[in-house]
Amino acid sequence: MKQRPVRTEVGVFGDEHTLLAAAKDCQHRGIDIVEAHSPYPIHGIDPILGIRSSRLPYWTLVGGTLGLTLSLWFQYWSSASDYPLNVGGKPFNSLPAFIPVTFEMLILFAGLLTVAGFLLTSRLFPGRKTHPIDSRITNDRFVLIVQRKDASMTQGDIQTILQHHGVLECWSEMNE
Amino acid sequence: MSIIQTSTLKPPLILGRKTPTQVTSDVCTVPEKGPGRLWLPAFLLALSALLLGIVAVTYQIKVGIGTWGLNRTVGWAFDITNFVFWVGIGHAGTLISAVLLLLRQKWRTSINRSAEAMTIFAVMCAGVFPLIHMGRPWLCFWVFPYPNTRGSLWVNFRSPLLWDVFAIGTYFTISLVFWYLGMIPDVATLRDRAKGFRRKLYSLFSLGWNGSARTWSRYEVTCLLLAALATPLVVSVHSVVSSDFATAVVPGWHTTLFPPYFVVGAVFSGFAMVLTLMIIARKVMNFEDYITQRHISAMCKVVVFTGSVVGGAYATELFIAWYSGSPYEQFAFNNRISGPYAWAYAIMVGCNVVAPQLLWIRKVRETIALVFIISILVNVGMWFERFVIIVASLHRDFLPSSWTSYAPTLVEIATFVGSFGLFFTLFLLFCRFLPMISMNEVKTVLKPHEATESFGKDTLK
Repeated sequence: MKQRPVRTEVGVFGDEHTLLAAAKDCQHRGIDIVEAHSPYPIHGIDPILGIRSSRLPYWTLVGGTLGLTLSLWFQYWSSASDYPLNVGGKPFNSLPAFIPVTFEMLILFAGLLTVAGFLLTSRLFPGRKTHPIDSRITNDRFVLIVQRKDASMTQGDIQTILQHHGVLECWSEMNE
Repeated sequence: MSIIQTSTLKPPLILGRKTPTQVTSDVCTVPEKGPGRLWLPAFLLALSALLLGIVAVTYQIKVGIGTWGLNRTVGWAFDITNFVFWVGIGHAGTLISAVLLLLRQKWRTSINRSAEAMTIFAVMCAGVFPLIHMGRPWLCFWVFPYPNTRGSLWVNFRSPLLWDVFAIGTYFTISLVFWYLGMIPDVATLRDRAKGFRRKLYSLFSLGWNGSARTWSRYEVTCLLLAALATPLVVSVHSVVSSDFATAVVPGWHTTLFPPYFVVGAVFSGFAMVLTLMIIARKVMNFEDYITQRHISAMCKVVVFTGSVVGGAYATELFIAWYSGSPYEQFAFNNRISGPYAWAYAIMVGCNVVAPQLLWIRKVRETIALVFIISILVNVGMWFERFVIIVASLHRDFLPSSWTSYAPTLVEIATFVGSFGLFFTLFLLFCRFLPMISMNEVKTVLKPHEATESFGKDTLK
């Protein structure tokens, strides 16, 4: 399905408070908040953008469970089943002695899967192209991208709202 | 504004009333324009030490472990001392980046990047020692359980030495991932300021970071999850290292006190090393506004606390040796205090228990030169702690006919110097080419009254 090009308004702010106020105001007036970009996390923006509480902990849970079961099974299988070897008269299935390695593998798998989940869901990978909205986003600028819902509001109206909240620069962009 | 300036409760975390713009330019100056004049001589010194170590390791691999001062009674000495010493150093980095994140300690933001780099490099130094101790390091892959033609003879999962492989391996991997993850937004900052080849390089490593709110939201969750995983991990690593000793029947090693005792000792020595490094780095790199007296005082408090716990552990060891009624235990500890290695025990107690007590005094904590000296003393003391535990326990074993003594050879000393060379070479390269201070985190604590107590507040409820 090919989407129609949509016009978005981009506003650049000097700090997170003005951006947050502008975003709340826009939301109140029925303007869609598309995205916000910032040099550090803006606390309080998540509900405005409709970001749900993260499901990444499930990746951790799956990783941890995998690490635990696989390593515990492997230690039992290699020590007591595949090639049982008498070491100092200790039982082949030395369960308590298998726990440290099990624990380490739990942490390893859980950690790696959490990070993999983060990179995959955020689509971060080497060679990914960034859309250069403003190269100062990673320095000291806070960018808010909004989009009008219907024709009752003009581009100028939105820019007036943003200006009311002290936007430093704003412009329109056509996105495919 | 006036609230910040008139508040006498606590000094601000970052001095000089920095704006985010200033933070970016301050931190990016070093990777972009090069460090101060002191960097090159320091780097050359570290590199020469590393080269000495490479020569020594090549020689001992070619000739064999016979080049060391080991004998039939003392089978572990310098090498394992260095291994435990370096693993311990690493622990402070994880404590700062993971535990202090979970505890919402904002002061960690200026030092966590470099402390974590320290962890990674220290673990690398530690890894060298068991490797060369194998004698035939080209067979080092034998420690991994891989299918083989010897019937698939598997590794012995009951051995703490094997637990070490998994513990240190996991610790290194998770620390590296955590460190890199924390650096992605800052590498993106460097990317957006750079041109040409450097821009391409930074683009590759910043993974297309664009600072969007959705990514930040997931990023904070990921950091919290990794911190929650790294916290028990760091406790487990030195516990496993201590099991190398505690599961043996050697008097002086065979004690249940070892895991907590080693973990606290590791945090103690690690924080001392962070202090040493940060006191030098803030001067050489002109980061006095970022790593302030408040940071140094906070670390001093950790050092004096953990140092006192270590002192308590020494006392417990002595008490239990006496209380156990076991003549072998009693002999081992009498021998530690008054035997041929009594001087090493005295250095250990002097540096680890007595010297840090000075840090109770505010004046001492606020005199950088004194803090620096104490941090060096703690490093020395903690090295001797491992030496005392290992050599003083081994050299007079159950059979008086095999009693002997141990002294390191030049090859062993050169290897130890080489490990410092490796550590400082890597650390100086890190300071030169990567953002040494976490810009994105420091920018959140510039205004103390609104700083992020709320890390990840929105996303994990």
